[in-house]
Amino acid sequence: MADTVATATPARTGNKPRSSQSGRKWLIIASFLLPALVVLGALVVYPIVFTAIRSLYDRSGDEFVGWQNYVTMFTNDTTFTAIKNNVLWVLVAPAACTILGLIFAVLLEKLRWKAAFRLIIFMPMAISMLAAGVIFRSMFQENPQLGTVNAALVAVDSVFSDAANYPGANPRPDVGIAAEGGIIASESEVAAGEQQNFPLVAIRQDDVPESAVQAAPAPDVGEDALSGTVWLDVVPGGGGTNGEISEGKRGLPGIRVDAVAADGSIAGSATTEDDGTYVIEGLDPGQPYRVALPASNFGEGFQGVSWLSSTFINAVVILSYIWIWAGFAMVMIASGLSAMDRSLQEAARMDGANEWRVFTRITAPLLAPVLLVVFVTLIINVLKIFDLVYVIPPGTSKPAANVIAVEMWTQSFGGGNDYGLGSALAILLLILVLPSMILNIRRFREERRS
Amino acid sequence: MTEQLTIVRKKKTLAGRIVSGLGNTVVNIVLAIVAIFWLVPSFGLLLTSLRGSGDNASSGWWNVFTKPTQLTLENYENLLSNPTITGSFWNTVVIAVPTTILVVVIAALAAYAFAFLEFPGRDWLLIAVIVLLAVPIQVALIPLARLFGQLGIFGDITGVILFHVAFGLPFAIFLLRNFFSQFPSELLEAARVDGANEWSIFLRLVLPLGLPAIASLSIFQFLWTWNDMLVALIFTSGDSAPLTVAIQSQLRQFGSNIDVLSAGAFLSMIVPLIVFFAFQRYFVQALLAGSQK
Repeated sequence: MADTVATATPARTGNKPRSSQSGRKWLIIASFLLPALVVLGALVVYPIVFTAIRSLYDRSGDEFVGWQNYVTMFTNDTTFTAIKNNVLWVLVAPAACTILGLIFAVLLEKLRWKAAFRLIIFMPMAISMLAAGVIFRSMFQENPQLGTVNAALVAVDSVFSDAANYPGANPRPDVGIAAEGGIIASESEVAAGEQQNFPLVAIRQDDVPESAVQAAPAPDVGEDALSGTVWLDVVPGGGGTNGEISEGKRGLPGIRVDAVAADGSIAGSATTEDDGTYVIEGLDPGQPYRVALPASNFGEGFQGVSWLSSTFINAVVILSYIWIWAGFAMVMIASGLSAMDRSLQEAARMDGANEWRVFTRITAPLLAPVLLVVFVTLIINVLKIFDLVYVIPPGTSKPAANVIAVEMWTQSFGGGNDYGLGSALAILLLILVLPSMILNIRRFREERRS
Repeated sequence: MTEQLTIVRKKKTLAGRIVSGLGNTVVNIVLAIVAIFWLVPSFGLLLTSLRGSGDNASSGWWNVFTKPTQLTLENYENLLSNPTITGSFWNTVVIAVPTTILVVVIAALAAYAFAFLEFPGRDWLLIAVIVLLAVPIQVALIPLARLFGQLGIFGDITGVILFHVAFGLPFAIFLLRNFFSQFPSELLEAARVDGANEWSIFLRLVLPLGLPAIASLSIFQFLWTWNDMLVALIFTSGDSAPLTVAIQSQLRQFGSNIDVLSAGAFLSMIVPLIVFFAFQRYFVQALLAGSQK
């Protein structure tokens, strides 16, 4: 095997040099190699051995406890959550990055601005995970006034849902309407063909949509319908009579009004116009109904998602990882693509194969080795994930987002002071990367043979 | 017969051209949207860092589009007049530069031995280096904290540098050895015939020829060390802390510290981004050369 590398090594004349020559030769080799060997031996190899042994002792290192730390690792809730989260990471993040990278790398070739696109996607690789963590934590803040993502979601939601919201609204007292359990309804039943008005108060001016206009009395309707007006019973600047429509009072558009039959079922409903009027049609003539404004009118409405809560925290942290590493996968795969001999693809196209078939039958199989390298690299990297999980979750959702590397830090340095369990967690990480080490060695040997 | 075939083919390519033209537009639009999604996070951080603390506490960065008067350098002025931050920026430089130099020097020497010198057990040593490539740094945290404590360099910049050098070496040796062993053997043979010794071959021939790989390695190692938080979190204290550690100490009050955090994070990004944009090619080559790290 040594012979195959000898391409770069000129054959030495005289394989058995005299002892002084041999001593000199060793001196030269040592002067080149020794600095690296000393550093690696003292600061990498020795620590591995030390940690392996240390993991068999208790927290202070006085007492030999055998496998106890490893048992604790899988039975303790916090550590076991960390292990489970690492499994989740390994299952999701490398695959997501590789697939996105593949898609970007393939589509990239069709772009005129491919250099710019590559730069944009690859840029996050250059910055620290701490900076990336700060970025994602601020983007995913819950308050839609501050967090970019929730601001966007609330904006989209308000475009698509026409129902307006008037949180905190109350009925004007003593005009025959009352609030109960968030619902505002007529106190007595109203027969079809009559009117029921809803003068409301305690609504923020900000919550009244700009489309709202001067409130108007509801039109008279037939026997099979109910009508009325819902308005904000306040004149800006004061004035007017409470409970009556007067100049300056605005209608409240977009409120849902239900006609509830005697058996409790909803017999009909309508939504108020810009002037606050509504007409519920299709009712039984002369029947009594209770007219109600359901609670959905008065909720806060959609205020975004609590992204940083325990429920979503893993998704957010993994997303930030994908933001960073998809560019790595893309660059690696793109270079694999550009090194590829395209004659096969051309031949297949000439034979009438469509692009999808060319990709799945020819390009993808040829790319398989590159995809494997990317995938394995990402798995090793994901197993050791620390910074993002340390930075993004706020205190309350830290336990839910825990991973092995963070737990190892917490147990040993972040207040746990349990070097035994910390060592065991470090050894667990080492064991988890063993398969990829073996793969690396195999790849190296194959490269040398070829 | 052949005529017919060509006609069929022509038709297909015409249809194909229309389809691919449409497809190209779709691809352009989709990737433009993707690019915007990828840019918004960093862009948002930049704008946040350019708004005062009052504005940041009450509204999001996108409000500068309607109120451009909110833009201010206040956060950066505060940051740069804070001795802790400027000190930690300097610490980052003092950690990253020597680490990079040491890794390059030690790895180049070892890579030369692996590529050009013959000695028993060479292949096994090389395989050992490859094994060490993937070793998680976690296995060394506890023993090295103890060892550095005994040596009196725990909490010192020296310890951080030693740690980064040790864990940077396997990748560095691997990358440089692969590059060196591609050199044509005639070159070295000619030099040896001319009577050059190993040291002058190393200095005069291999190092200059290996410059592209050394550049790749330097940039990669520099960014790696500059961006590190975990090692510095454990092995530095107060005065010796780099920027990442100084910034993370503000995380506890995320909401009220967002102006410090955003400006600080951006400050920590400036050097890597300059390096990245200036030497992107070398950075990519380092990743391509050995992606086990």
